Amino acid sequence: MVPQGAHGYWLILTSFVAAYVLAVAPMPLWLMWARPEWVALVLIYWAIALPHRVGIFTALVAGVLLDTLEGAVLGQNAFSLVVVALLSLTLYQRLRVFSVLQQAGTVFVLVGINQLVCQWVQNLEGIGGPAPLFLLPAVTSALLWPVVLYTLRRLRRQYMVT
Amino acid sequence: MVILSLITADLRYKRLETTRSVLDTLEAPIYWLADLPLRFRDWSELHLQSRTRVLEENERLAHENLVLQGRSQQMAALQAENVRLRGLLNSTAMLRDDVLVAELIGVSPDPVRHQLVLNKGRADGVFVSQPLIDADGLMGQVVEVSDTTSRALLITDATHSIPVQVNRNGVRAIAEGTGSLGSLEIRHVSATTDIEVGDLLVTSGLGGRFPGGYPVAVVTEIERDPGKMFAHVAARPSAALDRSRHVLLVFATHTTGAAEASASPAADDANDAKAEP
Repeated sequence: MVPQGAHGYWLILTSFVAAYVLAVAPMPLWLMWARPEWVALVLIYWAIALPHRVGIFTALVAGVLLDTLEGAVLGQNAFSLVVVALLSLTLYQRLRVFSVLQQAGTVFVLVGINQLVCQWVQNLEGIGGPAPLFLLPAVTSALLWPVVLYTLRRLRRQYMVT
Repeated sequence: MVILSLITADLRYKRLETTRSVLDTLEAPIYWLADLPLRFRDWSELHLQSRTRVLEENERLAHENLVLQGRSQQMAALQAENVRLRGLLNSTAMLRDDVLVAELIGVSPDPVRHQLVLNKGRADGVFVSQPLIDADGLMGQVVEVSDTTSRALLITDATHSIPVQVNRNGVRAIAEGTGSLGSLEIRHVSATTDIEVGDLLVTSGLGGRFPGGYPVAVVTEIERDPGKMFAHVAARPSAALDRSRHVLLVFATHTTGAAEASASPAADDANDAKAEP
């Protein structure tokens, strides 16, 4: 194992790249509405784990990149991810002592807010999904939170990114 | 503040095209990565096929080729005749369109946005507003180009509409996307218009964006309510919008004849206004 010092920007970057790949990975049509918000999940994890390094600015950059990737209006995901980052930055001290289940519940709310903001921007544009359906990613994201949490925590401890 | 200005700038003024295309170029590898598993499946299917199956397929393709060649013999004669007749009518000759084969490397992860990402970009001569077809019909148009990839909007996207005409009698109309992959809506068809279930709708070439004559959709449902000004007409796209992996980008030479060019300016306007995503 190579000591990384307190840096390890590469790990944060890699996790985001992986999230992007998963975010555009081809999925069957019936699963389209349930695609988890991978980038939001990774962002929430880093905002909780390293609140002094990953925050609003990271969320802004990650969001703009996700927008161009999805072909969405520039700023749609940037807006929602900044809101999510802001909320997780205010909540991180509480979130850290939560059990995984409680955390998943919070993630459900956070991703739900993310979806609401996205929906709001899309309505400005004149499109948008049917009402309860666009919240489905919040459910799947919450279900996948333990996976994201344990994977990233393990990687972070292994490479000692602080 | 930054975000709000970004959203308005993009939504209202379309000033960020260059930024977008630069970022798209940077992000091309992500789509490539996401597409790897599928590519691998295709590759393994290709290389692990049994010899008999390959032979069978070869035979089938040779057969199909023969049939198509037979048809294209007639085609040459018909085309010549068409050119002669058009010459008699004093309208411009129909030219054959050149095409470029592109491969799908991604679809929009957002289910309300019907967009495809293709593996051909500016370097291959792809341009914004270029029409996109598959073997069965028109699919959409290119809306964003980066160096190596491009993004196409499908005809079923809720923000897309396209001028069409009924193949049987030339009645013109506008087909709008509904946001669901299986249907288009034909707007503003008056209740007395001669249009029937099963009619083939082809591009009319009005508006100058799409070349004329490509099949777009087949009418599936007509509802004439005497209380309403217009009939409700739904159609199913001919192209396999959610299945095609290889698509054709059309390099159209302007084919609209003099007779068609003077018709229906309303269709022109609607097409131009709605073509942007």
